[in-house]
Amino acid sequence: MDYHGGTYDVIVVGAGHAGCEAALASARIGAKTLVITLNLDMIAFMPCNPSIGGPAKGIVVREIDALGGEMAKNIDKTYIQMRMLNTGKGPAVRALRAQADKVLYQREMKKTLERQENLTLLQGKVERLIVEDGVCKGVITHTGAHYYAKAVVITTGTFLRGEIIIGDIKYSSGPNNQQPSIKLSEHLEELGFELVRFKTGTPPRVNSRTIDYSKTEIQPGDEEPRAFSYETTTYITDQLPCWLTYTTEETHRIIDENLHLSPMYSGMIKGTGPRYCPSIEDKVVRFHDKPRHQIFLEPEGRETEEVYVQGLSTSLPEHIQRKLLETIPGLEKAQLMRAGYAIEYDAIVPTQLWPTLETKLVKNLYTAGQINGTSGYEEAAGQGIMAGINAAHRALGREEIILSRSDAYIGVLIDDLVTKGTNEPYRLLTSRAEYRLLLRHDNADLRLTELGYRIGLISEERYQKFLAKKEAIEREKKRLQTVIIKPTPQVQEVIREAGGSELKDGIRAADLLRRPEMTYEHIRKLVPADEEIAPEVAEQIEIQIKYEGYIQKSLQEVERLKKMENKKIPEDIDYDAIQGLATEARQKLKQVRPLSIAQASRISGVNPADISILLVYLEQGRIARVSNE
Amino acid sequence: MTEFDTIAAISTPMGEGAIAIVRLSGDEAVEIADRIFRSPSGKRLRDVPSHTIHYGHIIDPKSGRIVEEVMVSVMRAPKTFTREDVVEINCHGGFVSVNRVLQLVLANGARLAEPGEFTKRAFLNGRIDLSQAEAVIDLIRAKTDRAMNVALQQMEGRLSKLIRELRQTILETLAHVEVNIDYPEYDDVEEMTPRLLREKAEYVRGQIEKLLLTAAQGKILREGLATVIIGRPNVGKSSLLNALAHENRAIVTDIPGTTRDVIEEYVNVRGVPLRLIDTAGIRETEDVVERIGVERSRQMLKRADFILLVLNYHEPLTEEDERLFAMIEGMDAIVIVNKTDLPQRIDMGRVKELAGGRPIVATSLLHEQGIDELEKAIADLFFGGELEAGDLTYVSNSRHIALLEQAKQAIEDALAGIDAGVPIDLVQIDLRRAWELLGEIIGDTVHESLIDQLFAQFCLGK
Ligand SMILES: Cc1cc2nc3c(=O)[nH]c(=O)nc-3n(C[C@H](O)[C@H](O)[C@H](O)COP(=O)(O)OP(=O)(O)OC[C@H]3O[C@@H](n4cnc5c(N)ncnc54)[C@H](O)[C@@H]3O)c2cc1C
Ligand SMILES: Nc1nc2c(ncn2[C@@H]2O[C@H](COP(=O)(O)OP(=O)(O)OP(=O)(O)O)[C@@H](O)[C@H]2O)c(=O)[nH]1
Ligand SMILES: [Mg+2]
Repeated sequence: MDYHGGTYDVIVVGAGHAGCEAALASARIGAKTLVITLNLDMIAFMPCNPSIGGPAKGIVVREIDALGGEMAKNIDKTYIQMRMLNTGKGPAVRALRAQADKVLYQREMKKTLERQENLTLLQGKVERLIVEDGVCKGVITHTGAHYYAKAVVITTGTFLRGEIIIGDIKYSSGPNNQQPSIKLSEHLEELGFELVRFKTGTPPRVNSRTIDYSKTEIQPGDEEPRAFSYETTTYITDQLPCWLTYTTEETHRIIDENLHLSPMYSGMIKGTGPRYCPSIEDKVVRFHDKPRHQIFLEPEGRETEEVYVQGLSTSLPEHIQRKLLETIPGLEKAQLMRAGYAIEYDAIVPTQLWPTLETKLVKNLYTAGQINGTSGYEEAAGQGIMAGINAAHRALGREEIILSRSDAYIGVLIDDLVTKGTNEPYRLLTSRAEYRLLLRHDNADLRLTELGYRIGLISEERYQKFLAKKEAIEREKKRLQTVIIKPTPQVQEVIREAGGSELKDGIRAADLLRRPEMTYEHIRKLVPADEEIAPEVAEQIEIQIKYEGYIQKSLQEVERLKKMENKKIPEDIDYDAIQGLATEARQKLKQVRPLSIAQASRISGVNPADISILLVYLEQGRIARVSNE
Repeated sequence: MTEFDTIAAISTPMGEGAIAIVRLSGDEAVEIADRIFRSPSGKRLRDVPSHTIHYGHIIDPKSGRIVEEVMVSVMRAPKTFTREDVVEINCHGGFVSVNRVLQLVLANGARLAEPGEFTKRAFLNGRIDLSQAEAVIDLIRAKTDRAMNVALQQMEGRLSKLIRELRQTILETLAHVEVNIDYPEYDDVEEMTPRLLREKAEYVRGQIEKLLLTAAQGKILREGLATVIIGRPNVGKSSLLNALAHENRAIVTDIPGTTRDVIEEYVNVRGVPLRLIDTAGIRETEDVVERIGVERSRQMLKRADFILLVLNYHEPLTEEDERLFAMIEGMDAIVIVNKTDLPQRIDMGRVKELAGGRPIVATSLLHEQGIDELEKAIADLFFGGELEAGDLTYVSNSRHIALLEQAKQAIEDALAGIDAGVPIDLVQIDLRRAWELLGEIIGDTVHESLIDQLFAQFCLGK
């Protein structure tokens, strides 16, 4: 029965990791927001690894927090274990990772959505969009309800024409046997979107009571309290450990013998899987010489005995999965609770998006998360918040917000997607960022709080605290740059103890800090500040002074990038009218339609000469536009 | 990111006039010039007012050695040709020293300008009339088409093969570092240690240094084409050197065998950089000193890029002359028949036969005749007919050298970082820069390949 369900500023389809951030950002900005999702008990569900963060991803979580998003706060409330990774390396690559209590994570997120002003939460299945003259006006659900809005965000994850595959069994399904989303996928095709078929997979889960942990190694969380959100002040202290074990030669033998039963090799799976999450059968085939592979056992929560067997992602038949488990020390008698599986799904080719995540094909329609060809909760959430902000801004008639590659990993992620596209599920890696020394986990607030405040996602109170922190950093840095440390016996003593060579002359405190063996702690001892220096301020001072040379180098590069970014290209420029462009470049430019020279220069197949020609063409003033058919 | 960096080029027609200018344009123009400029009064260019000119020396900051005596003008944006900061370094030491100054500028952060790039910038910064836009586009397009050909030729060359190998070594190292970062818990990937990294970096540096030495074209740029003058004693070899150098460098006498050793002189013949090498006349001899000289001459021949073979117009061809022709078979050469002021005794028909299509120029060096023709023949041979200062072979190679130098610098920064105990992921920034710079030489800077390498080399996943 068709009926009018209501009118909103923004409608978000899906309440996964992308949808939750999109909906919250939109509502918090002040847009009247409706979020429709298949199952209200599955909000912010983690179909795979019960864990948030890690290299690059953990930095995204902090960026989301600095922009006023929810993921960081939600995991801070619900983790069972938290660790800082890469502590032995430089500051640029440190990152937090938490094991989540999966169910609690969902419950907390649902609570937050339910209590959010301007936000309506609704269970339902969206099957069509209301599109008039290339403009999205709303959505239609399976019950016939028509909801109208000024902007729509689709965040349907791996549900689009999802198919689960275990061995030779294949059936239509969303992740974890949820219902798939078939009509919406067909409708997107109808609208003219180009879709690709991707694939991902998940390992089996086993019952903790049936694991012999004595055969495994314990992996505890950090003793030191840690949090993702800059606002978190209370920490969970009773952490649960993870456990490490290994596959054996027997495991590999079974895989080898049963490879023909794997849908990956039988040809049943056609979707492209991510290289960074290969299934165990992939690993054994590709790295045949390796005698063993690591298996991490990760509890899925406090209230459940289910344990996630990380490293054993597979789509082999269920009975083979059972055999595999038997060959792994500690899991010999483990009870299988859920079998691992692969899932194939539709994603839209992301070069069909503007950097705001609005589709080029349909105005006021945005997409975010796994539907855009990414993989990972953090990647989804990072896109979600940006799509939510931009959709709300569109609805309220405000400016577009685009993060640059030098602003945030989220900027790198979205730019990669819309500029280069992807031919496998896209995951963030630190090596994707060219300015990773600037995009640190410790300075996400310094990079983005200002923006979060400007768009209304950061409260006045938090902003004032942030400003105070910034000033404290500057004050102390300035002090260290002026105060001289003299070679007194006490000073020499401290330096000797740190393993450095003694001073010959007086030296500025900042210069002493630059020595590899010196820390801010040492300096503080030698020349104490008059004010209390908070740990997060001390951290900034140490990093900013110690790595100043490298930071400066990166900043110079960013300066150049900014200039290229400031050279804007009109959306509707007619590339056919520009003489001299190489054919491949012309095609690519027409497809991607970059918004700046910087973006254009990152498109593969567009050469420096084409960029020069484009620049000259833009500069001469008479720019031909594509007429709107 | 090539649009807004600082560019440099030699901006006077090559080889013409006594003064040549190295021009820089861009944000860092003054800063870069400052790195290699020393004024007697110790003033820094960054402190001088705009549109002023300053006397001083260009020094190589690495060795501290003086390279050239110069006048430097500093012109700050926007009242300049390009509307960017512009520095002009006026040199007067001829091609070779101007070129050294250019190389220094490039090694210290500037990029070699593409043909027409100063004009392009002027245009982009609103300095030039709109009607010139299309001409600029044509220039860019034409330039790259030609550059593509050169690039293709070089693709097949030894250089690009070596660079590919070198990049692969760096890439594997980078991937190793990356995997430690992105997958910190994978125990089967050995942790990249500073020691291991140093080993790799030193290897790469060594290879780049070798490349810098062997890059044949680079040698030409820095040293000139090795041009060996050969001929029997007393035919006028030293006279020829003096004529081309426009000064008396070699001793000229009427005693055969005057030149006992090898004499070298840098000259610039209509834009062609030559390293002229005067040799002892080649003949069988008993004189020990002379014999050593002759032996050296033969050695020089082996390393020659280009030969000037001198014959005597006034004497019949000898067996020795014939032997000389045999020695230079297959080499680029110009045959000079000297002493045309004296009666002819040489068989010109036979000379033509022996020259086998190589140019023959008749001269009377004593009366300074035929020198123009000779210079023209040299330039023709080098430029293939058209006299063009911005010859592409030269441009692209100068670019290669600059990139190699920068890559080497990046590796050195990486090594310095390792020594200073800087964390590996920061050292990696410099290593990666070296990889990118090398990629620019062969036109390959695809970012994705690092990620491809990561997953090809290591077994990762959940
Ligand atoms: C089996 C499996 C394995 C995975 N393995 C990994 C991995 O190893 N590493 C990794 O990083 N990531 C992995 N992921 C991906 C990760 O789970 C997703 O990237 C992330 O959850 C995507 O978030 P999202 O918000 O885009 O979509 P989801 O979290 O999937 O949320 C989609 C939401 O849309 C709703 N929805 C769908 N269709 C409709 C509709 N028509 N109407 C209304 N609502 C709808 C759903 O109810 C759901 O709430 C895996 C996912 C699966 C399923
Ligand atoms: N008449 C005449 N004499 C010349 C000419 N060129 C050179 N000479 C004379 O020839 C003699 C030898 O000249 P050099 O230039 O020393 O000859 P070379 O080949 O270097 O001789 P060695 O070094 O002894 O092998 C000198 O006396 C010159 O003045 C010329 O064109 N005409
Ligand atoms: Mg001589």
